[in-house]
Amino acid sequence: MTLRLVLVGAVLVLAMLPALNRLPADSALHVSDFIVSVTGKWITYAILALAIDLAWGYAGILSLGHGAFFALGGYAIGMHLMRLIGPRGVYGHPVLPDFMVFLGYQELPWYWLGFDHFPFAILMAVVVPGLLAGVVGYLAFRSRITGVYLSIITQALTYALMLAFFRNDMGFGGNNGFTDFKELLGMPLNTPTARSALFYASLLLLLGALWLCSWVARSKLGRVLVAIRDAESRVRFLGYDVTQHKLFVFVLSAMIAGLAGALYVPQVGIINPGEFSPGNSIEAVIWVAVGGRGTLVGALLGAFSVNALKTWLTTVAPDLWLFALGGLFVAVTLFLPRGLIGLFSKAQK
Amino acid sequence: MTEPVLYLDGVSVVFDGFRALNNLSLIVDAGELRAIIGPNGAGKTTMMDVITGKTRPTAGVVRFREHDLTKLDEASIATLGIGRKFQKPTMFDALTVFENLELALKAPRGPFSCLRWVLSGEARRRIEQVMEEVGLAARAHDRAAILSHGQRQWLEIGMLLMQDPELLLVDEPVAGMTDQETEHTAALLVRIAGRRSVVVVEHDLEFVRALGSKVTVLCEGSMLSEGSIDHVQNDPRVIEVYLGR
Ligand SMILES: Nc1ncnc2c1ncn2[C@@H]1O[C@H](COP(=O)(O)OP(=O)(O)OP(=O)(O)O)[C@@H](O)[C@H]1O
Ligand SMILES: [Mg+2]
Repeated sequence: MTLRLVLVGAVLVLAMLPALNRLPADSALHVSDFIVSVTGKWITYAILALAIDLAWGYAGILSLGHGAFFALGGYAIGMHLMRLIGPRGVYGHPVLPDFMVFLGYQELPWYWLGFDHFPFAILMAVVVPGLLAGVVGYLAFRSRITGVYLSIITQALTYALMLAFFRNDMGFGGNNGFTDFKELLGMPLNTPTARSALFYASLLLLLGALWLCSWVARSKLGRVLVAIRDAESRVRFLGYDVTQHKLFVFVLSAMIAGLAGALYVPQVGIINPGEFSPGNSIEAVIWVAVGGRGTLVGALLGAFSVNALKTWLTTVAPDLWLFALGGLFVAVTLFLPRGLIGLFSKAQK
Repeated sequence: MTEPVLYLDGVSVVFDGFRALNNLSLIVDAGELRAIIGPNGAGKTTMMDVITGKTRPTAGVVRFREHDLTKLDEASIATLGIGRKFQKPTMFDALTVFENLELALKAPRGPFSCLRWVLSGEARRRIEQVMEEVGLAARAHDRAAILSHGQRQWLEIGMLLMQDPELLLVDEPVAGMTDQETEHTAALLVRIAGRRSVVVVEHDLEFVRALGSKVTVLCEGSMLSEGSIDHVQNDPRVIEVYLGR
């Protein structure tokens, strides 16, 4: 109950940020552009954390490759943003994006077709991560690959994708990726209007994802997932096809991560293969561990607090960040096995 | 003659050269209650593993009605109507007694069906009835993790009942129970049989006697003797390997 109040309060505060940003700069309540854009980015991270928590906290699927689904969603919207640049590129080519002109492409590769259209790009931001998760998950779950082996496979997946996207001949801009975006849905990016719109879109997606994940968690499916997490083979002897259930939650989780990535990229204005780096996926898992897994709200708390710490620390002492992250993870594992949210429910009792 | 429910013929299981089951044959009829006894390591649990698809036999026939169980996985075998209680009680500790039983309740098992599942009044009554039957009604909303050993055994039997199987395989149900609990369990199993077939593995001979059923004695992976409890207790081979110790 208290937790719900805090949640509603947090959402209200978040919802006010873009409005406060519009106040005159000398107003006491003015919120800087930086705060709005960095918070908008954290919201997309929080959605990614939710997706990870659904798979890990409930079904026990510890994916160390969720950053890949996030990045794929980001690339999908990135392709759309590139198409919208049109002839305004540095080379001024009527059809091809700059990097293709530079690399000597004669025409647009077939897999770029359709990305002129926003709905198609959004669809791909969901479908591509979902399909990839479906194939990888099917092969892994069917062969009963679990635990650390599954984590290694997902980690290898994101690493392999990173290497692939670094290649110029993949047609995704190689190591530079996509940037110099101009507009989205007719809104010039980097304007207060676009910033607020993307911020609110992210916040809405966050609430939608939270609702969806809570629905799954509270349904009988959620209890089946918890049962799978704690005693997988026992669930089989009750007649459940464990592969199907794991696949369902893994694909759903990948789709949510993809959508989060699609909202992240227009806010940060760039996507490149670095987003696939294995470290990103691990960091996202740490957010969930710090916040407290298997609670959904804990994942949100973890994503916001760890990223706030990161933003602060990388400005005051950038070299310390990785040590701090590692230390935080160890400390939480040792002293707060239920994460920050555990403090909360303890206080409640 | 009616078809047997469970039919094992010439079943062998070899683990790294060790024969856990050796040319074992066993027939269980519809509605029959069967007790299986045998010394530690006789292969009783392995036999259940073979029937439930956990272990594949190296040789032999395993049939449930007309189904060849050697070709099916655990979930399909469970769905056919074979329920199992494990030697070491295993349930879902993070869930309550009620929720454990709800998961076991016979209902569509796919992810989408589970997502849309709404507990009907009838399902609730069925769960309450089983909780009553296994004496856990007062613990409905306690997490399984905090149950006593005997209560865990009963919860597992309850989960078995929820599945409404045609054949129940019950591995050492009374281990860790008080005498009174043991008696209660024997009466429960006798009541269940008749409507369905029940195979019970147990070491406790008093309990087996209370079941009043046909007894099969396993030893070193094969059947040593079969008959009434008095018959097997007087069989010299059984006395030598098992009872005489
Ligand atoms: N997976 C396995 N790998 C190797 N050996 C096994 C395996 N499972 C069982 N065994 C061996 O097979 C033999 C039969 O074991 P099983 O568990 O079936 O005996 P049991 O009759 O149930 O004994 P208990 O009364 O102690 O439960 C034992 O010697 C055991 O060590
Ligand atoms: Mg055994």
